[in-house]
Amino acid sequence: MGQQKRTKLEMKNISIEFPGVKALSNVDFEVESGRIHALVGANGAGKSTLMKVLSGAYDHYTGSIFINDKEVNIRTPRDAKELGIDIVYQEVDVALIPYLDVAENIMLDILVNKMKGKQFVNWREVHASARRVLDRLGIKLDTRKLAQDLTLAEKQMVLIARAIAEERRFLILDEPTAPLSNKETKELFRIVRDLAYNQDVGVIFISHRLPELFEICEDITVMKDGQLVTRRKMEGLDGKQIVELMLGKKMDEEYLKHNVEIGETIFEVKNLSEKDDAVKDINIHVRSGEIIGIAGLVGAGKTELCKTIFGALPIKSGKIKLHNNLLNIKNPHIAVQQGLALVPEERRKEGVLVEEPVYSNLSAASLSNFTGSLSFLKPHKERVAAVKMIGDLGIKTPNENQKVAFLSGGNQQKVAVGKWLMADAEIYIFDEPTKGVDVGAKSDIFDLIGHLAGLGKGSIYASSELSEILAITDRIYVMYDGEIVKELLTSETNEEEILYYSTGGN
Amino acid sequence: MNEKLEKTNGQFNMAGFLSFINKWGTVIAIFLLVLFFTLAMPSFSSPSNLLTILRSISIVTVIAIGLTISLTVNGLDLSIGSTATFTDSLVVSMFVWYSMSTVTSIVAAVAIALIVGAVNAFLIVKVKIPDLLATLSTMFIFEGVAMTYTGGGSISEGMPRLDGTPTEGVLPPTFDFIGKAPYIIIIMLLVVAVVHIFLNHTKHGRYLYVVGGNIEAARLSGIAVDRYRTFAYILSAFFAALGGIMLASRIGSAQINAGAGYLMPAVAAAFIGLSFGGKGKPNAIGTFVGAVLVGVLENGLVMMSVPYYSLNIVKGAVLALALASTYYYKKN
Repeated sequence: MGQQKRTKLEMKNISIEFPGVKALSNVDFEVESGRIHALVGANGAGKSTLMKVLSGAYDHYTGSIFINDKEVNIRTPRDAKELGIDIVYQEVDVALIPYLDVAENIMLDILVNKMKGKQFVNWREVHASARRVLDRLGIKLDTRKLAQDLTLAEKQMVLIARAIAEERRFLILDEPTAPLSNKETKELFRIVRDLAYNQDVGVIFISHRLPELFEICEDITVMKDGQLVTRRKMEGLDGKQIVELMLGKKMDEEYLKHNVEIGETIFEVKNLSEKDDAVKDINIHVRSGEIIGIAGLVGAGKTELCKTIFGALPIKSGKIKLHNNLLNIKNPHIAVQQGLALVPEERRKEGVLVEEPVYSNLSAASLSNFTGSLSFLKPHKERVAAVKMIGDLGIKTPNENQKVAFLSGGNQQKVAVGKWLMADAEIYIFDEPTKGVDVGAKSDIFDLIGHLAGLGKGSIYASSELSEILAITDRIYVMYDGEIVKELLTSETNEEEILYYSTGGN
Repeated sequence: MNEKLEKTNGQFNMAGFLSFINKWGTVIAIFLLVLFFTLAMPSFSSPSNLLTILRSISIVTVIAIGLTISLTVNGLDLSIGSTATFTDSLVVSMFVWYSMSTVTSIVAAVAIALIVGAVNAFLIVKVKIPDLLATLSTMFIFEGVAMTYTGGGSISEGMPRLDGTPTEGVLPPTFDFIGKAPYIIIIMLLVVAVVHIFLNHTKHGRYLYVVGGNIEAARLSGIAVDRYRTFAYILSAFFAALGGIMLASRIGSAQINAGAGYLMPAVAAAFIGLSFGGKGKPNAIGTFVGAVLVGVLENGLVMMSVPYYSLNIVKGAVLALALASTYYYKKN
């Protein structure tokens, strides 16, 4: 392979501005075909923006792009595709058409752009071509299955298949492993390696999960605040160094768990089942000041458990008790009144109101504290409380009137958490609170949860990041296939043991 | 470097200018229209004509305010015109057919109209039919109910009942006041003010906007989402009913489909109002300003002898323009 002529892609002096923000300034970037290149940076570093420029999503950038030293013009996705560059975005559902089948979804670009004068579709050939693409990737998937019936991992495979259905020299994967289980990630890596080493595709791999980068990438580019920090070989780097490059400062390696006195059991869930058995026969309890972890692979039912407890999914049977009072949680409205709080996984879809300012996001769950007679709002009181919360949580925003849409992912998450701090709940449920959040904001969020424990609140922390669960919790419930299969004390367990139970061992 | 800086400055000013136009474009448009019509016909800006314009937009505004409330929860109530027609028929029939008192008639008519709102809410919130389609069905259902109730004809003083028996009921003089200036204008301004305060200064108003902004986030924040959506459709029907009562008083009779013509200008007013003052969301004052724009345009064109049957072209175009400014701005 080494002898083969490689394709070299260079981006030079790339700058782009959005109203009020300089998202990229004079960034240089370089990749070669046949290699796997990591692109990392904290939230808001500009890595996704740079890749959107490369894949033709923006047309108002400045700077130039070269392929094999020849300047090319990329202003639309079509330009990029014609040059053999394609991207697989993180949100797979956006790019798939749910009621079309796998073959149609894979061959979509060709059906749309390459039909020329033909008016009729030869479906047999479409399916055969799709089959060939899937075979090239070594994926076993029925081409007649509808996209809406696929698992997340399968959807992603379909998108990768679509991207390589035509000749591709460069493929950008934007956080492809975020929704995948360990097994699915391994499968993805096999495909990525095959593409790079056997089919001479240059793969650009964006990820927050550093261990993965060491496993699969050869080169790395680190970005910070819209600028290039460094571009080099992975060899000789370790995770701590990368984090330092990303943050531009040294950081303490380990998060120190707050030392909290754990009290009586305040919250109990007994034999809880969701209506469609998304979770079955759940038994958990939380003591005051205690942080319990819900561990498990993606798809094990962690989100469903959180939502069922919170009344956001219908309950079939079981009991939920808070301070020994039986709760009848029919919907989230009642759950909140009873003192539960949920920071949901899908931040932008479920956690915050992106079009609203920070202050009204923060008060959304506790508005009754800011009203006088006849439900009239007390705007001054509301803003004062919001400003205090912004300071307490270190939310980076020019002021309380900023639209949440303009905050970075980590700061949006702090808003989603801050909303519940203002509401003063008894039991806090966190569902993947650090998803897509950078290292700095992550330790802020850990501190917050530790602080809540210090106040005697109970917390339920659901995550597929085992290192986080181990760092922050006191006790761990491991989930597998909608059920709790094991209860472990955090101080007496390790990643291997949790993984063993979450993959169905017993 | 200098050149680059200048370019950025130029772009910034352009963006500032565009956002200024987006915020205050409606007000500027009203001002320019008044100027234009006054230059063409000096009598246009006489106090009596301005009063006529305000009177003519009163009913549209009140109905549009109801629509604005349904827009706050990200819904759209197409049945408001039919609800107005239905209430018009009900209230007039109670006077003419049953000789009831003003208060009883109005309360009964409003109560029945609220049932319309409840049906809408049931179809949208419980049965989960998309709002446009649900209210499209109820628009026809209640138009049909109103027509069936009146036997497919109109009701006015002195006309016999459906079974041919003569009637003696009349519209009481107190009821007549509702449709006359200045009372009809005062009612409109009161409705705008009350709804403005309700939406912006109470907890419930905030919740309506939160539900409309992100229904899932609202639900997971513990807001009783279904209750607020139901509430919005019932309020929408309530204001449509109030519009219908004002209409009954204004024309003094119940006419077939009398309210249908108010749907389009009400939608136009509410959407024109979205961008007012840079709010970017449904708001009562914006809706009022939108209604003024439509009213000024209609009045001016009529005075310039544009035939009534061509007015819809202009009104439709204004709606398209308002929608264009809303959605084009959103895209950016």
